[in-house]
Amino acid sequence: MKNTRNFREILITFVIKASGYSAIFFVTLIFYFLLSQGLPTFTEVPLNSLFNIRWYPIEEYYGILPLITGSIVVTIGATLIAVPFGIGTAIFLAEIAPRWLREVLKPIIEVLAGLPSVVLGFLGIVLLSSYLRTLFNLPTGLSAFTGSLLLGAISIPTIVSVAEDALDAVPKEYRDGALALGGTRWQTIWTVILPAARSGVLTAVMLGIARSIGETMTVMMVTGNAPVLAKSLRVFLSPVRTMTATIAAEMGEVANGSTHYHVLFFIGIVLFVLSLIVNVIASSYVYRTTQRSEKLLS
Amino acid sequence: MRRLPVLKRNIIRSLGICFLFAAFLFAGCRSTDADSSGGTGPAQETYLENKGSDTIVNLALAWAEKYQELHSEIRISVTGGGSGTGIASLINNTVDIANASRQIKPEEIENAQANGVEPIEIVIARDAIAVIIHPDNPINELTIEQISAIYTGEITNWRQLGGEDRPIVRLSRETNSGTHVYFLENVLRMGEKDSDLLFSMDTLLLPSSEGIIQEVAHNPNAIGYDGLGYVTDEVKVVGVATEFGGEYVLPSVATVNSGTYPIARELYMYTNGQPEGVLAEYMDWIYSDEAQTIVAELGFVPVSQP
Repeated sequence: MKNTRNFREILITFVIKASGYSAIFFVTLIFYFLLSQGLPTFTEVPLNSLFNIRWYPIEEYYGILPLITGSIVVTIGATLIAVPFGIGTAIFLAEIAPRWLREVLKPIIEVLAGLPSVVLGFLGIVLLSSYLRTLFNLPTGLSAFTGSLLLGAISIPTIVSVAEDALDAVPKEYRDGALALGGTRWQTIWTVILPAARSGVLTAVMLGIARSIGETMTVMMVTGNAPVLAKSLRVFLSPVRTMTATIAAEMGEVANGSTHYHVLFFIGIVLFVLSLIVNVIASSYVYRTTQRSEKLLS
Repeated sequence: MRRLPVLKRNIIRSLGICFLFAAFLFAGCRSTDADSSGGTGPAQETYLENKGSDTIVNLALAWAEKYQELHSEIRISVTGGGSGTGIASLINNTVDIANASRQIKPEEIENAQANGVEPIEIVIARDAIAVIIHPDNPINELTIEQISAIYTGEITNWRQLGGEDRPIVRLSRETNSGTHVYFLENVLRMGEKDSDLLFSMDTLLLPSSEGIIQEVAHNPNAIGYDGLGYVTDEVKVVGVATEFGGEYVLPSVATVNSGTYPIARELYMYTNGQPEGVLAEYMDWIYSDEAQTIVAELGFVPVSQP
């Protein structure tokens, strides 16, 4: 009897361990595949033409700088839009809204998270882009800004969902304590609850950024896909081409193993590294601040 | 006190998601089962895979539908994606027919032969590429040289062409489109083989023909090009002349057949080796009056069997 139970324990522990380690295994495999397909780029394309400003692969111009800046511009725009709105909504849901409103709003926001990005992209082409063109008197509404707005809309539900859970998990004693010390509701939220839920809120922001940097369909439809290097803030209102849209638009046509194919995988590596950097910065921030507060407590 | 309910709710939610996921998987299995049992039914069905040019996709679909009405034992699946995509699939031997709005390149033939595939070409129709602008744009006519100057970025304002003082927004298909390659070689470079002119860097590359029509129809700054079959009433088609002072011609079946409209090309289908059996019957049917009537209905120019 005891033996079978032990065996079951071991089996279950093993299964859980295996699923935990499988994440590392798969990431390693993906990274290995990306490297093996992407690194031949360095032998096929000279560095100075790889880090150049002209992307026109059918005539062998493989400059990826405009694609990198394009992705960065759109992602920064989306983050600037999504973070304040997302965290604001999360605070409203967790701290301010009455219970019934919260029960109504949360499922609606989660439905919004499941909206296919191609639907948003279509709305962007048909409605948003021509509206923005006339509003700002732009040459064309297919711009980085249009992409940022839609990507913001896509990542807001992610941010709200995760941040709200984090705020909700802050112990009630913190609120009571802050209010008892004479803090206003706003002071309680801003100086006590938000800092207490910091790591969860930061995770929410990171997931939001990851969502927008990796989003493909919407940006391909509304940003105009012109590979122009971003040199000034003006680029925000003009067409850009992102790395994801480039991979999606061109992967279907390339011959397996050609230079173009390797360069597209190299762009995949750059994307991977960029999101890794975002993750490392965010988690090191979380780590550092917890250490500091632990020191304060001890 | 508050932690417990949150945790509980999260568990319930993730259980729910797992359940939904499992349900989807199950539904997926069920439907594939149904498909395979249908395939082994009494009537032997033959599948033809047809993929490639977005210019041809509507035509290929109309043909496939008509042909399936006539021959219920044959199933033809048609997908777009661009000429390059179709030819790449033929090279990888995953399709029976590749549609292309440009001729196969020598290096693609090499790749195909390396893979044991022998591409055979047939011309299935002719197509005019219409240069389109917003209906409110006062410009009516352009020469090939002017269009080339617009797309290379030499001309940047409609005023330089006698139009309004508006910036020009250039629209093009993505680089995997046969239309893009044709336009580059025959309009931008005006057919000169050693020319190295390129699209201006700020040319918008849109992933679909509909996207171009959509943007041109709503944006008075825009200029675009698209196969005649895609052009709708929402946009204005520009008359094109080969040289300054020449006759400006609007694209139509008559002007393509007489050879007066300068931006016209042939549309192709490629098969692996000489078609045999069902595939050969289908390829022959394409030249029938019935099939070529559909060509004309969709705004392309019919051809006859060579």
